[in-house]
Amino acid sequence: MELDDLTHTSGEWLRGTGPEADIVISSRIRLARNLAQFPFLSRSDESTRAEIEGLLHQHVSDLRLPQPLTYLDVQNMSELDRRFLVERQLISRELCESSGARGVGISSGENVSLMVNEEDHLRIQVLRSGLALEDCWEEIDRIDDSLEEKVTYAFSEQLGYLTACPTNVGTGIRVSVMLHLPALVMTKEIQKVYQALQKIHLAVRGLYGEGSQAMGDFYQISNQVTLGKSELDIISEVKDVIPQIIGYERKYREALVKEKRRDLHDQVSRAYGILRTAQTISSEETMHLLSSVRMGINLGLIDDLEIPTVNELFIHTQPAHLQKLRNSALESGERNVARACYLRERLASNNDVP
Amino acid sequence: MKKCSKCPKPATLHITELVKQVPHEIHLCEDCAQQYLNQDEPSPASEPEEGMMVKLQLDAGDKELAELDKNVCPNCGISFREFRSQGRFGCPHDYVVFGDELEALLENIHDERQHCGKVPKRAPSDSQRQYQLIKLRSELRKAVAEESYEEAARLRDEIQAMETALSQGTGDAD
Repeated sequence: MELDDLTHTSGEWLRGTGPEADIVISSRIRLARNLAQFPFLSRSDESTRAEIEGLLHQHVSDLRLPQPLTYLDVQNMSELDRRFLVERQLISRELCESSGARGVGISSGENVSLMVNEEDHLRIQVLRSGLALEDCWEEIDRIDDSLEEKVTYAFSEQLGYLTACPTNVGTGIRVSVMLHLPALVMTKEIQKVYQALQKIHLAVRGLYGEGSQAMGDFYQISNQVTLGKSELDIISEVKDVIPQIIGYERKYREALVKEKRRDLHDQVSRAYGILRTAQTISSEETMHLLSSVRMGINLGLIDDLEIPTVNELFIHTQPAHLQKLRNSALESGERNVARACYLRERLASNNDVP
Repeated sequence: MKKCSKCPKPATLHITELVKQVPHEIHLCEDCAQQYLNQDEPSPASEPEEGMMVKLQLDAGDKELAELDKNVCPNCGISFREFRSQGRFGCPHDYVVFGDELEALLENIHDERQHCGKVPKRAPSDSQRQYQLIKLRSELRKAVAEESYEEAARLRDEIQAMETALSQGTGDAD
């Protein structure tokens, strides 16, 4: 698999098929790991970084996974390709923006990514469509076990897996669920969700993790504590709260349909109309409109469009994706025209799911 | 780690306040910071006394900072003050070297101090030797940079011997 092969496809986690997929976009678990015999990356010079990268590149490439894995050299990749992988959720912004020897192993279905020389020597990530945290854990635990046979992780009996930042020490686990919550945003109930989650030490973030804004009504809920609890306890804490949020979102969707059906139908139809006919459109407006359309499909207000197509459009209309599709660098204004053109074409033939 | 000016927790918020046109630093933990930020304007009557109290803490703070600079990891060379300013450790051994200072910080972040999750099947034995490898590698790079090739060769042999011993040790354990 080449990087360019990803341009026209979309990851399995976007297929919208898992449990609760109308509201839960994806489940993700990542583990932070470091090699015992090397300093952390903030204290590694270029040659040490290269040595760590070489070693982990080898072990990552040797992994036997259900799907074939491709290792990409992020250091020598163009900025556009790096941004493309960030939009695709396959690498973090930190791996994209840092410097020196670094890479990523990606499984063909895009469910697994292994980042080498991110904040920690190794960040293993597993993604699934819908609410499927146990599946994520089973796979990531197996990958971690396989790697652990080859390398010695920095580990202490008292503090667990030792990480570059003390906020990850212990299990090194970050469990995240991405939710689409348009009704809670429309009714301004989302603030209550924020406050309730903060009280139980769960973090709420935007689509691209730490520091990012919640665009298109997507919210990522994840654990903050990594020490003193087992991986399964941490997974349960995140998982147990999700049905309540789903229930809350459904309740407000139903109320909107009951009390403001005409207004809601009008909003959804206008959004769909603009997306099908606009000649120039910004990334932000696209996200906003796609969010309305996505909710409209789930409520039966739009019947000629599939959720996977909308999920795919969220990703494929972002700046780096558009430039990869066009195979050329585009300025912001040019991207808005290209985005509108792409949306028109894709929505005119929306029954042809690739 | 600087302590909160009002309670024993580590400070996460650092405020410079003007008391009678003289700047004073206040260091607060998350809870005390909330209280501080929510309180009304400080009453003028309490200013001189509070200023004096903060000043005393500031002097203690300077001494504390000098101490923090002395607390250095022998393997990667990072000081506790550097860790504090950048929020990232230099090597796994820092968790041992800065153990005392870290206890309160970890408790503040995680509410716990003891790992109870997954344990690698491969024994994390010989960690002292693993940490020593970090130091030897850094000395080797320095020797090469200084063109001390005899020293570099000696260090290279030492690293190789230690790596062999470690891999055989782990092999036996398996």
